Amino acid sequence: MTKIKVVEGSEAVAMAVKACRPQVVAAYPISPQTHIVEALARMAADGELKAEYVRVESEFSAASVVSGASAAGSRSYTASASQGLLLMTEVLYASAGMRLPFVITGVNRSISAPINIQVDHQDTISLRDSGVIQLYVESAQEAYDLHLAAFKIAEHPAIMLPVMVCMDGWVLTHSYEPVEFVEQEKVDNFLPPFKPENFLDVANPKSWGSYAEGDVLMEFKYAIHKAMSEGKAHIRCILAELAALTGRDYGGLVEAYRTDDADVVLVAMGSMAGTIKDAVDDLRREGKKVGLVRIRCYRPFPHEELSAALGRAKLVAVLDANVSIGSEGAVGLDIKSKLNGRPGAPMVVDFIAGLGGREVNAGAVRRIVERTERIFSSGVPISEAEWLDLNPAIVP
Amino acid sequence: MKLTPGAVVKGGTSLNYKTGSWRDQRPEIDQEACKQCGICQEVCPDDAVRQQGDHFEIDYDFCKGCGICAHECTAEAIRMKNEEK
Repeated sequence: MTKIKVVEGSEAVAMAVKACRPQVVAAYPISPQTHIVEALARMAADGELKAEYVRVESEFSAASVVSGASAAGSRSYTASASQGLLLMTEVLYASAGMRLPFVITGVNRSISAPINIQVDHQDTISLRDSGVIQLYVESAQEAYDLHLAAFKIAEHPAIMLPVMVCMDGWVLTHSYEPVEFVEQEKVDNFLPPFKPENFLDVANPKSWGSYAEGDVLMEFKYAIHKAMSEGKAHIRCILAELAALTGRDYGGLVEAYRTDDADVVLVAMGSMAGTIKDAVDDLRREGKKVGLVRIRCYRPFPHEELSAALGRAKLVAVLDANVSIGSEGAVGLDIKSKLNGRPGAPMVVDFIAGLGGREVNAGAVRRIVERTERIFSSGVPISEAEWLDLNPAIVP
Repeated sequence: MKLTPGAVVKGGTSLNYKTGSWRDQRPEIDQEACKQCGICQEVCPDDAVRQQGDHFEIDYDFCKGCGICAHECTAEAIRMKNEEK
C-alpha cells in the first residue's frame, strides 16, 4: 500500500535515499542542504538506515569519502550546496574520470560574493562540465522520485558516473508538500544491490585513474562523454521504468507543457517551472500561444527532446538562474548552439532571472514573453542576455 | 590496446613507467662524505633512494631530480649535477 505524508522536501529526499539502501553516507552540513543530512544522520543513529555515516571536516572530504566508498564497491551518497559544491569540484571531476557512481543532492544556492543563501543555479551550473550527470526537479515529490532513479542511472554498467539531483534551496528543501512514498519492496526490485565489475580489493590490487598522456587522454575523456551522451537512451528507459513504478510520469528528459501549437516557448529548470506553468495558463486564456519546456536532465543535454518540444515555435525565451559572467546564461548558450544551422530555427532570447532568490513571478513571466516579442518584431537580433528586472539606477 | 573505463589498471604498473627520464638535474652521492643518516631516503617524494647493504643509492629509473635529498643532506654529501644524455 502506498503511503502519502505531508513532509518537508528535505525529509522526502532523506526517505528516498534511505529506501535506496546506501552503505556509506558522508556529508558536511551547509544551508539549505542541512535538513537532508540531519535526517539521514538521525536515521543512521536510530538504526533505521544501515549505513556508515561519516562525519567529515569539509565538502572536499565528503566527496572524497563517497568516491573512495564507491571504488570499494559501496553504494554511497552525499549532499551539498553553494560553496560546498564548489569545494567538491576537484573530487567530482576525478570521480567522473574514474567512473565511480554515487549520488549527490545539489541543493541550489547562490555563490559568494556577495554572500547570499537564497536559491539560484550558479552552484550546480558551475559543475556542468565535470562529467557528473545533472537532473533538476520541480517539486518535493519529483525530488523523492528522481533520487530513486539517480542510483540506478549512476550504477548502470554503460554509464558509471556520479549523478547529481539538483533541487532549489528553501523553495523545495524547506517547503512541506504531500509526498507519496514507494514501498520498500518495490524500491528493492527497481534498484538491485550495487555490484561493480571493478572494486578495491587487497587480494587483487588495482589502481583507478592511472597516468595517461596525450596519446590516450583524449580517448579517456571521449569515453566519459560517450557514456553520458549514449547514456541518454538508458536514462530514458530508467525514467520510464520509474514512471511505471510510481504512476507519475513527468515526461522523460524534458517536460513539455502546452508546447504543441506554441509560438513562444519558455525554457526553464527547477521550481520556477511551477510559476511559469500558471503564467502559461493565464496567457493561454488570453489567446496567446505560449508553452514551457522544463529541462529535467541538463547533462547529458537532451537536444533531441528539446528540438521536438520546440516544434514550430518562432520564439524561445530561456530563463537562466545562472550567468556565465562575460557571456550569457548556460541553458541559453546550450540551446543556441544546438539550434545553430537548423533551417527555420527560432530566435532565442536568454534572460538572466532569479539570481540570489529574486522572485520570478507570473508578472515577470509575462514581461519576458512581451520583451521577447518586442525584440522579434524590432527585427534586430540581440546577442546579449537580458537581465530580468535589473535596477540599473543602483548598479555601481 | 583497449583502454579501460576509469583508467583502472592492475596495481604496481607505475613501475613500468620510468619517470627518471623527466630529470634535468642528477643527484650524486659522495659515499666517502655520507654519514648514512638515511634522511635522503626519508625525504625522497618518489621513493627513489635505496639502502644497499651499508650504503645508499639513487634509483635513476625513478629519480626526477627534484633535489630535496641534496638540500636535506646533513653531511652535504649529495651534489646536484646537470643531467647529460
